[in-house]
Amino acid sequence: MHGFGLLSVLIWLPILAGLVVLLLGERSIRAGRWVALLASIATFAISILAYTGFDTSTASLQFVEKLSWIPTLNAFYGLGLDGISLPLVLLTTFMTIPVIIAGWTVIEQRPAQYYAAFLIMEGLMIGVFSATDALLFYFFWEAMLIPMFLIIGIWGGPRRVYATIKFFLYTFLGSVLMLAALIYMYVQTHDYSIAAFQALPLTLLQQRWIFLAFLLAFAVKVPMWPVHTWLPDAHVEAPTGGSVILAAIMLKMGGYGFLRFSLPITPDASRELVMLVITLSLIAVVYIGFVAMVQQDMKKLIAYSSIAHMGFVTLGTFGIYAVVAATGSLSGAVLGVDGAVVQMVSHGLISGALFLCVGVLYDRMHSREIASYGGVVNVMPYFAALMVFFGMANSGLPGTSGFVGEFMVILASFKASFWFAFLAALTLILGAAYTLWMIKRVIFGPVANSHVAQLTDLNGREFLVLGVLAAAVLLLGLYPAPLLNIMEVSVHHLVQQAVHSKLPL
Amino acid sequence: MTWASVAPAVGEIFLTFAICAVLLIDAFAGEKRRGLTPTLTLLALAATAALMVGVGQVGGHVVLFNGLYVADPLADVLKFAALLFVAVGLLYSRSYMSQRGTDRGEYYVLTLTALLGIFVLASANSLLTVYIGVELLALSVYAMVAFDRDNGIAAEAAMKYFVLGAIASGMLLYGMSIIYGITGSLGLDEVAMRLGATHGAGAILGLTFIVVAVAFKLGAVPFHMWLPDVYEGAPTNVTLFIATAPKIAYFSLALRLLTHGLIGTEHEWSLMLGVLAVLTLVLGNVVAIVQSNLKRMLAYSAISNVGFIILGFVTGTQAGYAAALFFTLAYVLVTLGTFGVILLMTKKGFEADRLDDYKGLYSRDPLLALVMMVLMFSTAGVPPFLGFWAKLWIIQQLWATGHIWLVIIALVVSVIGAFYYLRIVRLMYMDPPGASQPLPEWQPGVRLAVGVNGLVVLVLGVLPGWLLALCSRVLH
Repeated sequence: MHGFGLLSVLIWLPILAGLVVLLLGERSIRAGRWVALLASIATFAISILAYTGFDTSTASLQFVEKLSWIPTLNAFYGLGLDGISLPLVLLTTFMTIPVIIAGWTVIEQRPAQYYAAFLIMEGLMIGVFSATDALLFYFFWEAMLIPMFLIIGIWGGPRRVYATIKFFLYTFLGSVLMLAALIYMYVQTHDYSIAAFQALPLTLLQQRWIFLAFLLAFAVKVPMWPVHTWLPDAHVEAPTGGSVILAAIMLKMGGYGFLRFSLPITPDASRELVMLVITLSLIAVVYIGFVAMVQQDMKKLIAYSSIAHMGFVTLGTFGIYAVVAATGSLSGAVLGVDGAVVQMVSHGLISGALFLCVGVLYDRMHSREIASYGGVVNVMPYFAALMVFFGMANSGLPGTSGFVGEFMVILASFKASFWFAFLAALTLILGAAYTLWMIKRVIFGPVANSHVAQLTDLNGREFLVLGVLAAAVLLLGLYPAPLLNIMEVSVHHLVQQAVHSKLPL
Repeated sequence: MTWASVAPAVGEIFLTFAICAVLLIDAFAGEKRRGLTPTLTLLALAATAALMVGVGQVGGHVVLFNGLYVADPLADVLKFAALLFVAVGLLYSRSYMSQRGTDRGEYYVLTLTALLGIFVLASANSLLTVYIGVELLALSVYAMVAFDRDNGIAAEAAMKYFVLGAIASGMLLYGMSIIYGITGSLGLDEVAMRLGATHGAGAILGLTFIVVAVAFKLGAVPFHMWLPDVYEGAPTNVTLFIATAPKIAYFSLALRLLTHGLIGTEHEWSLMLGVLAVLTLVLGNVVAIVQSNLKRMLAYSAISNVGFIILGFVTGTQAGYAAALFFTLAYVLVTLGTFGVILLMTKKGFEADRLDDYKGLYSRDPLLALVMMVLMFSTAGVPPFLGFWAKLWIIQQLWATGHIWLVIIALVVSVIGAFYYLRIVRLMYMDPPGASQPLPEWQPGVRLAVGVNGLVVLVLGVLPGWLLALCSRVLH
């Protein structure tokens, strides 16, 4: 048994800070804001400790904590990080800061609760990424729905109620199927630890059912075509901060679930049904790319672009079976999973930044329609430069982080089949088309109307937030080695688990 | 018979005396000292708990009164829970009753007699004791529903409840008589011994009548007809009572009769209960969606939750019964808080029982809205609240016993159920307040109690370990 440690602090510090902000109440919101900001910065600083203290030479879990939680169900309060979850934890702690800053003066209605919801959610999301016990994982996974439900429903746009109930019920339905699968395995292992599930021998039939339950739960979260329809609604109606967290982190939970649960627990079913997932991923990349092109609403466009980009994550994850089948070696498979994780982190930064950009415009004009804008560069040059940069990153320009992940996944799928790579590479055209066309219509051209003419450029707070994100996107694009270095051993281990059959020979 | 030999029954004995004392004192206290009876009642409840702890030999296992009565850890848990729920319920109801002039002494006496019925059922070890407990509880509750005698709707509800309840009692009695005819015994221990796995059609006939009666008392479909009308028609403080402590008693009714006395017919009753559970879960959840009256919606929610309790019995294992016990306790705790919020919302002439009355509650009363939200998410089975573990444990036991279809149905109806619980949250937090809603009253004591109730649901949701362990231990 190990006691309370670094990860517990990471989970509970923001939650406690959230409760403090809630108790301070709306009247002392000035203090509340600072508590929220300091707590999010402190959490990020502590997560840096996890990064510096992380041993990149082993695939085993680190910073492990294990306390007895529910003895009757043999469930533990078990936490730990490996090379796949650490980057996502860092992403979570990093992205919460801009969200807190972005809401600084913008949120006028019940700001204390707004900050509290985001802080509590931060803790719960870190819990999802660091839980080593499936029941604890599910606990955090579901609990997170509540603050998000409230964030969209209270601070959202005109159709927020419809969007948030749709969001909740979609994810809830997916989750209960996962719960059924978890309980099914527990009945055989009498242990809720994820490691026990990974070691559990399962027949192909059992694996198929478990795989499908996981697929639905995680596919809703990613989201994959055709269970993606909640995402555009949720994104459009959510407040800026909600959209950022949704796009940057919550979608990653689906990808993380595939890596942590589907591949190691049901390797044979994954291999058998891989074409299903690859097909869905390619549909997401190509078809949703076209759908994004015709959007009139900037947030909707970025939401569809998220679905397309997340298609790369699932493609890289499940492509490993096709790669191994085609080449017989693991190196291409490792490349694919590496690409998937890099893409998750990169998409977290880029989509978060783009939603913040839309938020900057929306705060000034109260419109998300592309048609309301035009020639923004003439009045907001700094903003225009940053938004163009993020647009480039979103279309996968080399030198930005968007390029690294996509390129790795395309390379890996090339080893599996020319056609996979061909279809996936279409995104380089489609992504550029829908992103840059939006940029063109919003940013460039003559000043479209008198409202645009009165726009003021970024203030210091907004510039700081977007500038830091731009630096992160650039850094990851030019020098992704530190990230790859963290992941390397864990990804190797995961790929070995994923291709190791559980069936008796 | 020495004093020591009846010590485990001290709770029931003291309650009986307390009932007589409260009745007499209330009659002589007159109109001027209105506060006396409620205070005495609460004192009696506290004294009962203290005596049970002091001399009641809590945790032991003894059979008393020639096998009529059993004192075991299960009965202790049920009785303490009932005491707590009844006491908190009285606290919640006080101001509602005084606003409407219904806080007369008889109500407290009836509450105590109902509680005595619950105690008797919790410790019943013979068909006779079971029947006495059922009737004591049911007759008290019929009178409570009709307590506001000028209220036509309440009188109608009481009449429906009484007529249908009498039929159910008849069924129970008839089933018991058949079982007695076959086994020649009323004691549950002997019945269990003589009614082995091989039994004739007569035993099945008797069992069927008993299952129908149990299903009626629990409110399982298709014997649920009384429940929505009674929940809606009864004064809200009585609805609170019906929705809380008696559920514990009827859990005991099912447990003692089916899993102890009639264990020989387990194969048959688990089939019957399986069918009842499916009907109950589906109908309860689907019909709840279209309700516009909160009390009626909670009635259908009660029906659907009873479906989960019955699922625990279908497993036919001790762990499954433990899960059902846990579910019952969790559900009653949450329901208690829900009605506490409703009662705090009411005013004279404003019943706060329409869903629309909760529109924009957040901006009028953030604390009540927060507590109600916690309770609704808990009932929907979303972590980190207590209700999640209740559903999880039931579903886990169903998987463990291979009831895959019941697992699927339970999960699907949970998602359907989430919709109407979410709707309450949505009304409170996301809709603008209506025009003519009075501000909820500021009753610091009750407010604190309701807040603590919500907090307990959260704390037990994060750390449910000991309660699960307790339930699993008493049903070992």
